[in-house]
Amino acid sequence: MSVLVFVEGLNGEIKKSSLEAASYGSQVAQQLGTTATAVAIGEVHEDALAKLGEQGISKVLYDADDRLKQFVADAYVKVIAKAAQQESAKVLVFSNSNIGAAVGSKLAVRLNGSLATNVTTLPKTEGGSFVVTRGVFSGKAFADVALTSDVKIIAVKKNSFEVSSNGGANATVEKLSADLADADFAAAPKETVMQDTDGGVLLPEAEIVVSGGRGLKGPENWHLVEDLAKALGAATACSKPVSDLDWRPHHEHVGQTGITVSPNLYIAIGISGAIQHLAGVNSSKVIVVINKDPEAPFFKAADYGIVGDAFDVVPKLIEAARALDK
Amino acid sequence: MKILVCISNVPDTTSKINFTGDNKEFDKNGVQFVINPWDEYALTRAIELKEAKGGSVTVLNVGEADAEPNIRKALAIGADDAIRVNAHPKDAFFVAQQIAAIAKENNYDMILMGKESIDYNGFQVHNMVGEMLGIPSVTPAFKLDMVDDSTARLEREIEGGKEVVEVKLPFVASAQQPMSEPRIPNMRGIMTARTKPLAVKEPVGAEVKAEYVGYSKPEKKGGVKMIDPENAGELITLLRNEAKVL
Ligand SMILES: Cc1cc2nc3c(=O)[nH]c(=O)nc-3n(C[C@H](O)[C@H](O)[C@H](O)COP(=O)(O)OP(=O)(O)OC[C@H]3O[C@@H](n4cnc5c(N)ncnc54)[C@H](O)[C@@H]3O)c2cc1C
Ligand SMILES: Cc1cc2nc3c(=O)[nH]c(=O)nc-3n(C[C@H](O)[C@H](O)[C@H](O)COP(=O)(O)OP(=O)(O)OC[C@H]3O[C@@H](n4cnc5c(N)ncnc54)[C@H](O)[C@@H]3O)c2cc1C
Repeated sequence: MSVLVFVEGLNGEIKKSSLEAASYGSQVAQQLGTTATAVAIGEVHEDALAKLGEQGISKVLYDADDRLKQFVADAYVKVIAKAAQQESAKVLVFSNSNIGAAVGSKLAVRLNGSLATNVTTLPKTEGGSFVVTRGVFSGKAFADVALTSDVKIIAVKKNSFEVSSNGGANATVEKLSADLADADFAAAPKETVMQDTDGGVLLPEAEIVVSGGRGLKGPENWHLVEDLAKALGAATACSKPVSDLDWRPHHEHVGQTGITVSPNLYIAIGISGAIQHLAGVNSSKVIVVINKDPEAPFFKAADYGIVGDAFDVVPKLIEAARALDK
Repeated sequence: MKILVCISNVPDTTSKINFTGDNKEFDKNGVQFVINPWDEYALTRAIELKEAKGGSVTVLNVGEADAEPNIRKALAIGADDAIRVNAHPKDAFFVAQQIAAIAKENNYDMILMGKESIDYNGFQVHNMVGEMLGIPSVTPAFKLDMVDDSTARLEREIEGGKEVVEVKLPFVASAQQPMSEPRIPNMRGIMTARTKPLAVKEPVGAEVKAEYVGYSKPEKKGGVKMIDPENAGELITLLRNEAKVL
């Protein structure tokens, strides 16, 4: 029996959210007195895989099938199921990403396992039970869930678990091949279009997010958000009306009907803080609000606030951020 | 085209969330329930496809009788009929089993859901149902069109980009913004909804794999620290030295 972690690659490297999952997985393995193996698919550099040793992974199974460069759920599931069988894995760990949660859910059915997504803590394993805490009610509460099946599948909420780097030896990398058939690629994407991040940071992976609302008046003023983001190494986001007005692309919109983020730092500029917006950002560790209206509801959810005109305040922040020694 | 739309009955986003019985039960007292917002995108897209191509839209909820007002609302928005699987759902696997059982009886061309239920934030039922039925599940999709009578074209979000997928019917998809513009029921819709069929079925199986044993709430924030706008740069210093996030 062992713990199996699925790691996702991006541009040949391993995503930060997957490094978090790997750290999580190896700590669960330690708790259970076993080892943690990772499974990787598609385009990831082998040295990046070997370096998973730093997160406590002892072995990596790698399926380099060319057809797996893009995400194909059925094929990914088959590869991970094969790895799970080979390793007699009883605990499978994913990042709670669109890809990780999708394959995790399918594997829960295929392996007849118990699934918990959006998980924020290590399991409590006293007395043979297996209880994890997960975020529920859109950031307003947590629930403790006992996973009762023999196989347990966990999707770890992004940025809720630190990447460990206790400098373990390199992991050994072994090839894995899952005899994929054409039928496994029936729903393969025709086309994959990656955003041009312009060397910037991807929103779902970001530790710092700078977000703008209707208070910024128009897309021509977005350099304020972008420059501050660049100076802080942050990703950019926006409120719903901003994307509805086409000032910014839809994938930047956070909130109840957009994406949910939980960065270490969320900076909201000219956003009123409507409850639907908060639903997407309320599990951020530190929230900064910049708004000219002292009554803006967002201040109630903030850790730091500045009442002032964004057009005066933000340039000062950019200047101070640029002056920081990195 | 026969479309099944699965709707979850959830507390409105503005609800205060509380627990009773030693933090073991969600307290429904005073909570307003709505159709899960993501599911409304699925529902309106289904109705649009029906309007364009003909066919029918069935809504399905796995829940108790108190979900019926929102099931009727979905009928008022334009679904043709409804099914309620009469059960107190206790986990997502159970819900997925019920949906798969109904789907097996009825040969739907597509099964649409929301991306995520805003109460239990699982993001899982659609993929479970796809796997149970052995058909593709495309999630989360923000665009859905028919290419021809047997093929749909969807765009789904992945971290950092999007994928364009073409799948043969039948398939499962989950919806997110901006797949459609949710509609508000009109008077005529509300009147006709009263007489549209709503079948109540008993659940199959009852396997619970994730047992909810208790709840807690996040720690309260310590209150907001205000910074003088004239001295805005001070914020950056505090974020580095006090909050330690830079
Ligand atoms: C079903 C539903 C779902 C929704 N989902 C979402 C969602 O996912 N995400 C989301 O964001 N919203 C969502 N909304 C909309 C939400 O209710 C708010 O309308 C929206 O968040 C407001 O966006 P905003 O704060 O950018 O704009 P506004 O509410 O217009 O606020 C602008 C703010 O900027 C401030 N301001 C103006 N000028 C300046 C200046 N010069 N300097 C500094 N501050 C200034 C103002 O004081 C004000 O507080 C949803 C609504 C509904 C009904
Ligand atoms: C402890 C507990 C108590 C619960 N109590 C109740 C209750 O009192 N009343 C009640 O109605 N539900 C109740 N539920 C069910 C809950 O509302 C969800 O429907 C279920 O848990 C699935 O949530 P999820 O976040 O995993 O779904 P997700 O995987 O996030 O949902 C994705 C999509 O699946 C579809 N879907 C999800 N749930 C249903 C459903 N029930 N019927 C039809 N389609 C659905 C929707 O389209 C949804 O957008 C309870 C669940 C738990 C765990």
